Amino acid sequence: MDLGSIAALGAGLAAIGAGLGIGRIGGSAMEAMARQPEMHGKIQSSALILAAFVEAVALFAVVVSFLK
Amino acid sequence: MTLNALKTVLFSALFFTVSLVGFASNKVDKNPQDSEFNPQEMILHHVKDAHSFHLWEWHEKPVAIALPIILWTQNGLTTFMSSKFDDDDSGKIIVEANGGKFVKLHEKIYQLNANATALTFNAENHPTNALNPIDISITRNVFMMWVSVIVLLSIFIISARSYRKSENNLPKGIASFIEPLVVFVRDEIGIPMIGTHKYQKYMPYLLTIFFFIWINNIFGLIPILNGANLSGNIAFTMTLALFTFIITAFSGNKNYWKHIFWMPGVPVPMKLFLAPIEIIGMFVKPISLMIRLFANITAGHIIVLALMSLIFVFKSIAVAPVSIAFSLFIAVIEIIVTAIQAYIFTVLSALYFGMATEEEHH
Repeated sequence: MDLGSIAALGAGLAAIGAGLGIGRIGGSAMEAMARQPEMHGKIQSSALILAAFVEAVALFAVVVSFLK
Repeated sequence: MTLNALKTVLFSALFFTVSLVGFASNKVDKNPQDSEFNPQEMILHHVKDAHSFHLWEWHEKPVAIALPIILWTQNGLTTFMSSKFDDDDSGKIIVEANGGKFVKLHEKIYQLNANATALTFNAENHPTNALNPIDISITRNVFMMWVSVIVLLSIFIISARSYRKSENNLPKGIASFIEPLVVFVRDEIGIPMIGTHKYQKYMPYLLTIFFFIWINNIFGLIPILNGANLSGNIAFTMTLALFTFIITAFSGNKNYWKHIFWMPGVPVPMKLFLAPIEIIGMFVKPISLMIRLFANITAGHIIVLALMSLIFVFKSIAVAPVSIAFSLFIAVIEIIVTAIQAYIFTVLSALYFGMATEEEHH
């Protein structure tokens, strides 16, 4: 296995982690919005910010796998 | 009725533009020299910065905007237009200017030694018979940055003028499109993140980065400007993140620095343990801002181009509908991402300013 395929594997693993994380955030945000529709705007913006934090970790992995 | 018609026209224009992403990249993909299509090379060529603005190919000849190349060599400042390289990127064409011989290889400019005719490299990939002049050229990223500055300036100057002209202070024309966005940045980003008392000082910066990142993300999606990948350039995002870092550091009050160096409310061994973590965190915040924007935008471009190159990898027209449908889908998501990434960058910058200016309340 050469370095390129290991990098691709790493990017894939990072995508799994980020997918789980963003999925949890999205699911909980939807649930919270359904319970309290009047808080819709606030929940949405904080969910977006949290998703950005989770995504950043995955993107770090992508950048590292670019560098190989 | 007219509003609906306008909406229809706008959306048709939007989707037409989006579908052109594939159209535009298809044409550039074709490389007549090498029979084996290399998607990696094509994608990196699109994502990276370049010395000329390649638009499309016409009768096997590239149509490109020539940009000035500015070099600092031993003979002083050397300038010539990028059209002198005649779209050569393999180091074959030698340009003589100001007593030096220059070649361009993989978007890097080398100065050949006096008797050399071709570049040679040693084992570490350093050129053995050429120098690396300091390159301060107007590359296509710099060019696009100026274009976006001009567009932004004209939008905002026109909308500011329209307020002065209107007698009842109501927005008119383009200002009625800009005002809700400005109010959004103020009410959804500035006030909740920084606080009602201090947000005004930071509004000019927040508005500037919001609109600047957004318009550059949008320019990256316009197919005819393929390769205008300014916000997917790590130097560009680093500069913006550096601004946020400097503003955070200079607006930090006593409370903020105390929480970094000597965390109140925890025992002394814990204080000693927390201080290095907090100091690292101070630098990690702008670095994550930098990488988030860079990686998001670059990843979007790479996905669209990779889906397009599937057609050429499989060498079959049957793949085309699938890959065009998928890249259309990704391109529509990218339109949302342009706004979300501008929003995230601005929100996080505002959050850091808010943390730096928070007063003690316990």
